[in-house]
Amino acid sequence: MAINYVNPEFEVIRNPNRCIACRVCERQCSNGVHSFDPETGTMMADETKCVDCQRCVTLCPTRALKIVKNECQLRENANWQQDTIYEIYKQAGSGGVLLSSMGNPKPLPVYWDKILINASQVTNPPIDPLREPMETKVFLGKKPTKPERNPDGSLKTELAPQLELTMPVMFSAMSYGSISYNAHESLARAAEALGICYNTGEGGLHEDFYKYGANTIVQVASGRFGVHEDYLSAGAAIEIKMGQGAKPGIGGHLPGKKIVGDVSRTRMIPEGSDAISPAPHHDIYSIEDLRQLVYSLKEATQYQKPVIVKVAAVHNIAAIASGIARSGADIIAIDGFRGGTGAAPTRIRDNVGIPIELALAAVDQRLRDEGIRNNVSLVVGGSIRSASDVVKAVALGADACYVATAALLALGCHLCRTCHTGNCNWGIATQKPELVKRLNPDIGSQRLINLMTAWRHEIMELMGGMGINSIEALRGNRLMLRGVSLNEKELEILGISHAGE
Amino acid sequence: MKRVYVNEKWCLGCHLCEYNCAFANSGLKNMAKLKGQKIYPRIRVEGDEKITFAISCRHCEDPICIKSCISGALSKTPDGMVEIDKSRCVGCLTCVLVCPYGAVIQDGDGAVQKCELCLKNSSGAPACVAGCPNNAIVYEER
Amino acid sequence: MAKKYVIIGNGTAAVGCIEGIRAHDKDGSITVISAEKHPAYCRPLISYYLEGKAVPERMGYRPDDFYDKNDVKVIYGESAEKIDIENNAVVLGNGEKIAYDSVCVAAGSRPLVPPFEGLDSVPVKFPFMTLDDAMNLESAISEDKDVFIVGAGLIGLKCAEGLYGRVKSITVCDLADRVLSSILDAETAEMMTKHLEEKGLRLMLSDTATKFDGNVAYMKSGAEVKFDVLVLAVGVRANISLVKDAGGNCGRGITVDNHMATSLENIYAAGDCTESMDYSSGSVKVMAIMPNAYMQGHCAGENMAGKPVTFDNAVPMNSLGMFGFHVMSAGVQDGELWEDKSDDHIRKLFTRDDRLVGFILAGDTARAGIYTNLIRNGISLSSIDFDTIKTAPNIFSFGQEYCRNSLGGVV
Repeated sequence: MAINYVNPEFEVIRNPNRCIACRVCERQCSNGVHSFDPETGTMMADETKCVDCQRCVTLCPTRALKIVKNECQLRENANWQQDTIYEIYKQAGSGGVLLSSMGNPKPLPVYWDKILINASQVTNPPIDPLREPMETKVFLGKKPTKPERNPDGSLKTELAPQLELTMPVMFSAMSYGSISYNAHESLARAAEALGICYNTGEGGLHEDFYKYGANTIVQVASGRFGVHEDYLSAGAAIEIKMGQGAKPGIGGHLPGKKIVGDVSRTRMIPEGSDAISPAPHHDIYSIEDLRQLVYSLKEATQYQKPVIVKVAAVHNIAAIASGIARSGADIIAIDGFRGGTGAAPTRIRDNVGIPIELALAAVDQRLRDEGIRNNVSLVVGGSIRSASDVVKAVALGADACYVATAALLALGCHLCRTCHTGNCNWGIATQKPELVKRLNPDIGSQRLINLMTAWRHEIMELMGGMGINSIEALRGNRLMLRGVSLNEKELEILGISHAGE
Repeated sequence: MKRVYVNEKWCLGCHLCEYNCAFANSGLKNMAKLKGQKIYPRIRVEGDEKITFAISCRHCEDPICIKSCISGALSKTPDGMVEIDKSRCVGCLTCVLVCPYGAVIQDGDGAVQKCELCLKNSSGAPACVAGCPNNAIVYEER
Repeated sequence: MAKKYVIIGNGTAAVGCIEGIRAHDKDGSITVISAEKHPAYCRPLISYYLEGKAVPERMGYRPDDFYDKNDVKVIYGESAEKIDIENNAVVLGNGEKIAYDSVCVAAGSRPLVPPFEGLDSVPVKFPFMTLDDAMNLESAISEDKDVFIVGAGLIGLKCAEGLYGRVKSITVCDLADRVLSSILDAETAEMMTKHLEEKGLRLMLSDTATKFDGNVAYMKSGAEVKFDVLVLAVGVRANISLVKDAGGNCGRGITVDNHMATSLENIYAAGDCTESMDYSSGSVKVMAIMPNAYMQGHCAGENMAGKPVTFDNAVPMNSLGMFGFHVMSAGVQDGELWEDKSDDHIRKLFTRDDRLVGFILAGDTARAGIYTNLIRNGISLSSIDFDTIKTAPNIFSFGQEYCRNSLGGVV
């Protein structure tokens, strides 16, 4: 057998005084880490298989387990760090492209954490959200730039189709296939209960979920999987996916072994065939081409649904957004480089794209400068982690945020970043029935509802502190933000002053 | 009456209910003290690789175990729960011989035991339900 | 007008009968004629009484206020002599006549005492049937006494277990070639025998006393057994005379139909005094076991109160533990045999025509009720995964539909 150069990343520590050999860990580990040794009556562990998803730790009834970082480390080297060396070992062993899941874990700057929010003192009173009305509702879609009147003098009230949300947050695109049926059901039910939207991703819409159509954004991506007339009509809005923050410039690839049963039917492709989404839309090479697709979709749905164009945050994002805003799209969604994914080449995930904070500020400014900001609403995603991130995004100019990683965390995800193996122990990123059933949507949807309800309360608290009682009044209000530890250029792009200014 | 029901769709076959049951009825302060002990849970997981569920006393409307009990140890509470007075049980196992669910089991000390909905231990409500990680076990009126 | 119910006997079947009547008729008068001077008690507990696991105060089959709560009049210490069917009255030993609209004979059984030569010369001897028998026996034993039990059936062996450790020695003999011959096959009986002998019981099988002389029994085999206390546990006979004398049909027990009605009008019978259809074999037999007594009594009571229910799936079944070693059997030991054996357990299942008709378990008796259920409800074995159930009784193998229906809701 060839030498395995890569040491186990983690160590399973089992407290022998606590372990009662109930074997729950063994039954719950789809990676086969734990096993029972009948000779000694004790539990054993094969750490080479452990991905640190913490399922066993969480379910162990006596708290006998912990998973820690393996102390056995290569000799310290600031340039050649262990991860880098192991990646080389892996590639030298396999000859393949490295795959990763979820968002970029590298210590790149998180601008949200360098932006601080204002509060009212003395001269402008804060508002107590528990006593005063506070509006978090938003409408996404094209807005008129000025009042227009009919020949008889009456006001024109007909608006382009709008997406109405009770709070400026939506669950972003995750396909049925990349996540499980029960994860989708949890998102759909929560979106309905919350009065927001979830997004099908490029996996089509399972027939069971058409009933949540009013809270569903249906996605059309480069593979066109699962797209048909009823699908387009079922949703509250249609999203054209041009790119994704975790892997800009890259298509998608759902392996054939995951294309089984309902997934195959929903995607409208044969069982066992790989679902390859091309990197580009082969019919889109210009804004004019994009416009054709936007209008095709509008035409197909009688101009009843807003159309979203989703792009990854890349270097020329402001110019790209400007083009999209002129394409007839109603909403632009921008996905930052820290956004999650079910699977992406590691090098792409970790090195391609730009931070959403800078992209958002640049786009909002550019659209304003060009006088076309009202043509579109802006939705941003790519690691929106909390209510304060939402508030900062809105103040930077976003109409709403997309969250996915946070939603998955609410469903139990422990960010072990091995979605691509299909062995998700939390029943989220898997299609194995015995694992899928681990996520009961009764629990999952409630946890999502709880999370968003908590965020909404926090958003109202933060708004109240600033003396703002409507989220609309916060949008683009960059005076409410200050930067810390940011250089001149960063402050300039973000369009905010430094703290103390 | 409220009974313990198991929804196979959500049962993970993790067997936590068995341990939660054994612990709740052990009187021990910490579950870790079950270490090295053979447990006699009153709920039992059944199934195969794909489908699992758990079975405990159904608290039958017309319980054959009570009719068959030779010592008067088994009886029905006014609420309809089938209870056992262990001090009267002589361990003849006639109830084991007749229970169609196999829900009456021997304890470690020569008597029998069965699910009494945790109403007699410090849990106060079924521990299997409280400890089920996926809401597969519920305690409700049907 | 309120009905007059009379129940002859005050055992398990009588209690079942009372509860059966009261399930439908709260007003009728119920009179129980109890030859024994105790409220209904758990008869099988008398051996546990000897063992110290049960005390008389805690042996009641029902709580102390049972008769009051059910408005039942109990006449203690009197037996019924006759049923006067002309006048619808039960005649007691003291001549008193009790009128009835409906009567249930739950008279139980009595010990069979074969005509041993010289039995009269034995100074200390007891049957082992009633609480009084057990109390009398207890007062006669001590740690220096040798006890001789004639009969290695359920009664004899449970008596031996009760006496174990309280007397100097216990010898049990039986004419049959094995212990528990009425409920176990030879192989299981052999395992039990080994277990009993390990505990120090002296077993004399295929042998019985031919003659007694004082404290010595002369055995068929030529052996002599010296003893201080003799227990006669040869067998029992159903008490059928009340019905037989009144002209009712009887075999070895009082003949009843599946409503527990005898051939006589308004006369029902239940419990050990009856014979009825064994569902597992289809033959008529006396099934003197406690669960059947209760269920027959209940069925009789309901019918007496005008509710025409049936009880038609009685099967013989027994659970017996001796010093922690348990054996169970139910149904008939006849048909196609499947078995699984080791040094410490035996599992034998008997099937016929796609049905389980009987089983014997020794050592491992867990969840045996699942087998009993298969027998009593005549469940088609081809409709379930019987192969899995053979080795480990479980509900899962009954299939999803059964589980859904029997476990209540979504499964």
